[in-house]
Amino acid sequence: MFTKPTIDETTWEDLEDELLRADFGPDITEQLIEQLREQVERYRTTDPKDLQRMLRETIEERLAKHDPTLRLTERPSVILVVGVNGVGKTTTIGKFAKFLAGYRRSVVVGAADTFRAAAVEQLATWAERAGATVVRPEQQGQDPAAVAYQTVELAKRENFDVAIVDTAGRLQNKNGLMHELDKIRRVIQKQAPIAEVLLVLDATTGQNGLAQAEAFIEHAGVTGLVVTKLDGSAKGGFVLAVQERTGIPIKLLGQGEGIGDLTGFTPHAFAAQLVG
Amino acid sequence: MATFGTLSDRLADTFKNLRTRGKLTASDVDGTVREIRRALLDADVALEVVKTFTGAVRERALGDEVNKALNPAQQVVQIVNEELVGILGGQQRRLEFAKNPPTVIMLAGLQGAGKTTLAGKLALHLKGEGHTPILVASDLQRPNAVNQLQVVAEQAGVAVYAPEPGNGVGDPVKVAKDGVAFAKQKQHDVVIVDTAGRLGVDAELMKQAADIRRAVDPDEVLFVIDAMIGQDAVATARAFQEGVDFTGVVLSKLDGDARGGAALSVASITGRPIIFASTGEKLTEFEPFHPDRMASRILDLGDILTLIEQAQGAFDEDEARKVAEKFATDSFTLDDFLQQMQQLKKMGSLKGMLGMLPGARGMRDQLDNFDEREIVRTEAIIQSMTPAERATPRLLNGSRRVRIARGSGMTVTDVNQLVQRFEQASKMMKTVAKGGMPQIPGMGPIPGGAGGRSRKAVKGKGKAGSKSGNPAKRAAENAAVAAGPAPTTAGGSSFGLGKGAAEPSAEDLATIQRMLGKG
Ligand SMILES: Nc1nc2c(ncn2[C@@H]2O[C@H](COP(=O)(O)OP(=O)(O)OP(=O)(O)O)[C@@H](O)[C@H]2O)c(=O)[nH]1
Ligand SMILES: [Mg+2]
Repeated sequence: MFTKPTIDETTWEDLEDELLRADFGPDITEQLIEQLREQVERYRTTDPKDLQRMLRETIEERLAKHDPTLRLTERPSVILVVGVNGVGKTTTIGKFAKFLAGYRRSVVVGAADTFRAAAVEQLATWAERAGATVVRPEQQGQDPAAVAYQTVELAKRENFDVAIVDTAGRLQNKNGLMHELDKIRRVIQKQAPIAEVLLVLDATTGQNGLAQAEAFIEHAGVTGLVVTKLDGSAKGGFVLAVQERTGIPIKLLGQGEGIGDLTGFTPHAFAAQLVG
Repeated sequence: MATFGTLSDRLADTFKNLRTRGKLTASDVDGTVREIRRALLDADVALEVVKTFTGAVRERALGDEVNKALNPAQQVVQIVNEELVGILGGQQRRLEFAKNPPTVIMLAGLQGAGKTTLAGKLALHLKGEGHTPILVASDLQRPNAVNQLQVVAEQAGVAVYAPEPGNGVGDPVKVAKDGVAFAKQKQHDVVIVDTAGRLGVDAELMKQAADIRRAVDPDEVLFVIDAMIGQDAVATARAFQEGVDFTGVVLSKLDGDARGGAALSVASITGRPIIFASTGEKLTEFEPFHPDRMASRILDLGDILTLIEQAQGAFDEDEARKVAEKFATDSFTLDDFLQQMQQLKKMGSLKGMLGMLPGARGMRDQLDNFDEREIVRTEAIIQSMTPAERATPRLLNGSRRVRIARGSGMTVTDVNQLVQRFEQASKMMKTVAKGGMPQIPGMGPIPGGAGGRSRKAVKGKGKAGSKSGNPAKRAAENAAVAAGPAPTTAGGSSFGLGKGAAEPSAEDLATIQRMLGKG
């Protein structure tokens, strides 16, 4: 589409299709097209290469409106990780613990997913790989809030820099489970302020990602987004709408199953990956 | 979700202006097709599927085949529904079993799609049908996937073959192959092979999946896909089709609020049937996939049929059959009404059931306030009737109603309302029992719901204009308006459930409430 000699109607149609295929959703797609048509008009260009650059810049600009920095100044910095089932919460925690270890931060992880089969073992495996300490539930099915409490307690007592609490995946329309997050938060906050609540979003998700974000923000007080599985064919364009509608910044990106496959969020790189 | 208009909402909006007109004009159709396109995209239907779909709808809506008995909104809904069912596959497809056991079922899909949980669900389901399944742990990639499968097998009470520890150790192809041999030796009649999640773009892992397939020569390869997936469904489904050539699809996490675009996309792009739906974290939350019901979910008519079945499932089996017969033969009495009302108290999953009603998700809080005293009031009134009155409500003239009111300590208005509720409920259930669709407020009955069985229910209701063609319903709506917004609502027995609304307006809440005994 950007290699044609001039911009014509089919360029716009192709562009629209591309944006929709990247999961930007019909609203943002329409906005972007309108914005770009205006710019193309204003600068009187007919070169698709210009259009491509404008597209990248427009998206980058919109993505850059929020500050992607993680706030990890407190000691311990408590991080709660939430999201729907299977998006990559536990894996992200493993990678992130390793990442922090690289900066010589001591990390304790709390296995507050006491529900899913072998979730505790999975986190423990990651903790071992990352050289982090793990707090396990005393028995299967223990109240997750209790595990979270004990994790933060240990972090304070033994002076860990960072405490990361894993939670069970839950669909955002399950009220009871969403309320459980409220409880976990309250219990943690009795001991220490929560530095970050990270909502993990799977890049393969479509427009339902918006519904996920809204519900988790309401119940878990999300402060940052993590987008995972960006190593696949999915573009994850829906996160632009999520960030804009909720004002919650994207902070981390997951790009594989390896322990090193986690990066910070940079609008420029992300925009480039989104639109080529 | 407030942010996403549903397809039926949008259609209703688009047609507000032209509902009284008889024929669809080209510009009507274009406007509507645009709305449909947008709604489908919001529902995460793959773009290329949206294009073919809207093309087909447009063509048919402009053709002469349109049903003259229907108003324009109904015509489009009918066409859309038929096209949806067409893509999703009209018939429900069952698992194919091998002539010579064991039947080998291989699972494949993206990371986090829900394969391992599904393995347990499928095993439990098959065990319940008298099979002796064994699970084979060929996901040696994800940390502790092997443990997870072991736990799941234990929960399902089935055998598991897990010779390797996983976490990167062991050869998944060899495990799969040995697993089938082991199953043969131990005389398991079904083998379910769990595999690691993999991306469509990961050539190496896709090749591994193909190798597993070749090694075990499965009777079924089930592609497990998350109902929340977006446009990537296309690339991923194609990659898996090329890579392992799956024979069927399982939609997971359908208990979420995703609108089900993935179902449409995968079915349409690969031509493979969706066989099962995974609907919760418990191993029992699993069901055969019904294409017609998915169509109505996408259209947001609510999963009315599932709902009714569940309601009946909570009843005694015989009871349910009797009631169904009564509905069909018009012999449903006030005694039956009372009995069902009482069953309602016993049902645990009211919330789940109501959640399936279109737009009823917002009602959960109100449900928490479900007031059982209303059932007691209903009981009191019906118990003050003579057996003859209960069997033949037509007998209930003015003086009888006065007597009943006095006998039960209620007012005549209470008695009148109860009788009215009963009549509405039996009428609605009769429609449903005969395979029709209940009405959508403001749109009249929806045709073609369950494979086009409902033509009959539609005829003669062509003219619209007033809110409802049904006088009882109109009266009820007016009453609801007079009553103002409903502060609380009650749960749903099969009475309240027949109602298919685009949104739970105050009116709808009031209707459900009324049917269940809140005056
Ligand atoms: N390709 C790829 N796979 C990932 C990524 N992040 C996680 N995964 C995989 O996704 C699957 C699910 O990851 P988990 O970390 O178990 O997800 P979770 O959110 O903790 O899952 P639940 O606790 O079951 O809700 C695993 O197979 C992971 O290896 C990523 O960035 N890229
Ligand atoms: Mg997890």
